Amino acid sequence: MNMLEIDNLNVWFGRARDRVDAVKDATFTVGEGESFGLVGESGSGKSTILRAITGLVPTWSGEIKVRQDPVPKKRPKSFFKSVQMVFQDPYASLHPRHSVDQVLGETLFLHGFREIDARVVKLLDDVGLGQKFRFRYPHQLSGGQRQRVAIARALAPEPKLLLLDEPTSALDVSVQAEILNLLADLRQEHKLTYLMVSHDLSVVGHMCDRLAVMKDGEIVEVMDVAALYAMKAVHPYAQHLLQASV
Amino acid sequence: MAEQTLREWLLTDTPTSRRHAKLSALYQGWLSFRSNTMAMIGLGILVALVLIAVAAPILSPHDPFVQDLGNRLLPLGTEGHVFGTDSLGRDILSRLIYGARITLYIVALVALIAPVVGLLVGTVSGYAGGWIDVVLMRITDIFLAFPRLVLALAFVAALGAGIENAVLAISLTAWPPYARIARAETLTIRSSDYIAAIRLQGAGALRIITRHIWPLCISSLIVRVTLDMAGIILAAAGLGFLGLGAQPPSPEWGAMISEGRRFILDHWWVATMPGLAIFTVSLAFNLLGDGLRDVLDPKAGE
Repeated sequence: MNMLEIDNLNVWFGRARDRVDAVKDATFTVGEGESFGLVGESGSGKSTILRAITGLVPTWSGEIKVRQDPVPKKRPKSFFKSVQMVFQDPYASLHPRHSVDQVLGETLFLHGFREIDARVVKLLDDVGLGQKFRFRYPHQLSGGQRQRVAIARALAPEPKLLLLDEPTSALDVSVQAEILNLLADLRQEHKLTYLMVSHDLSVVGHMCDRLAVMKDGEIVEVMDVAALYAMKAVHPYAQHLLQASV
Repeated sequence: MAEQTLREWLLTDTPTSRRHAKLSALYQGWLSFRSNTMAMIGLGILVALVLIAVAAPILSPHDPFVQDLGNRLLPLGTEGHVFGTDSLGRDILSRLIYGARITLYIVALVALIAPVVGLLVGTVSGYAGGWIDVVLMRITDIFLAFPRLVLALAFVAALGAGIENAVLAISLTAWPPYARIARAETLTIRSSDYIAAIRLQGAGALRIITRHIWPLCISSLIVRVTLDMAGIILAAAGLGFLGLGAQPPSPEWGAMISEGRRFILDHWWVATMPGLAIFTVSLAFNLLGDGLRDVLDPKAGE
């Protein structure tokens, strides 16, 4: 069964003369339990696709299906229980005045969970942060720790599909590896499906089963990781990208 | 020894409960505020003002309303009248002490009304956008288009003279700048990732505005309010001068200045003493505002 189906997705910003088409006729599917990568240069529309899926960008057309259910324009609350997102910059994605406990507690409360205390403890353990981080504020945490909190928040509603928007690009190389391993472990443990955006082919090669290459808002090629390692891209741009990253 | 451990408990990097974390954050804010000498001076003056207002009947050497026409316009340092007497022979020091109550009353009332209205209008306008934003901001523009005192004058004329109505009128004219600030802050906050993240948890607009946007707007509003207080006290004085604010026997500082204005060349202290009082309190609010800005600015947190 397909976890996510994207069909002729168009996303644009602005109106009439100022209109910018950020994503043009994107079509791809992500199978259940799969890890799918979106790669491309900056401004190629990778992150915009994620934002359109979550409804953060309202100006889109085409069809988005999560588990065969078409997603309506106004996302129902149940949608957010199955689809969650981790943002690129952990320094910007946590409220500066909310402690870790508040961030996770409010998320759990909004999704109607009970026993919030026990769940907060478990979430922190899941992402490898101890109890001592529970009542800290973001400015008392390092970048990697913040991203772990952001991942814990995304995991709180027990989603099936996790959208990862360059989750490691704002971090140090050593911390990147930790976070990527954490994500890989969590995927196994919770049987998650990943849709991961990155401009780093080695990250995608490490994390994903298949990937789509984007250029100027269009998906130019979808291939699997074996083809990535074998450098067997069909489209000239994809080939160029592989050459450049060797 | 016990104090030492309390300090360590408050400064810990690993709080153990919600209350502990809150207290610890408060204490660290207090520490950074305390290191700002000027702000502490401002706070000290304002605390003194509150104490003076509370203890006015004990502190004042004379009744502020009793007239003594035989001893009118006595100079500074006269026996029994340290700050002299005014044109009706009333002790200026006692009037200043009782005037502290009125000043605090004005400050408290305005601080309760104007920023709250401004915050509400500004954040709703900024977060909702679209036609709600247009309507609310055009109303704000209309209020901003009038000179403040003239608009307050119109309000007082409609509501009736008196210090309460004067304060109400000042508040009604003072909220638009707060609305503008709150809206500007909201516009930068609403597109941030942490607001997007909470929207992805299915939070409604009300929760986002009150729980996530307000805490970040309030600090800059508090700073702005303390910096505006001087102007508000002066505006109240101005209305008093025009006969629409504090009514004659009441020892409101602004009204005292306008009374002393007639003798300013020959008996300068009658207008100068309340002027110095207003100056001191305004300065204290400004110093406090500067200090609070350093503490409350979330971007300054290490």
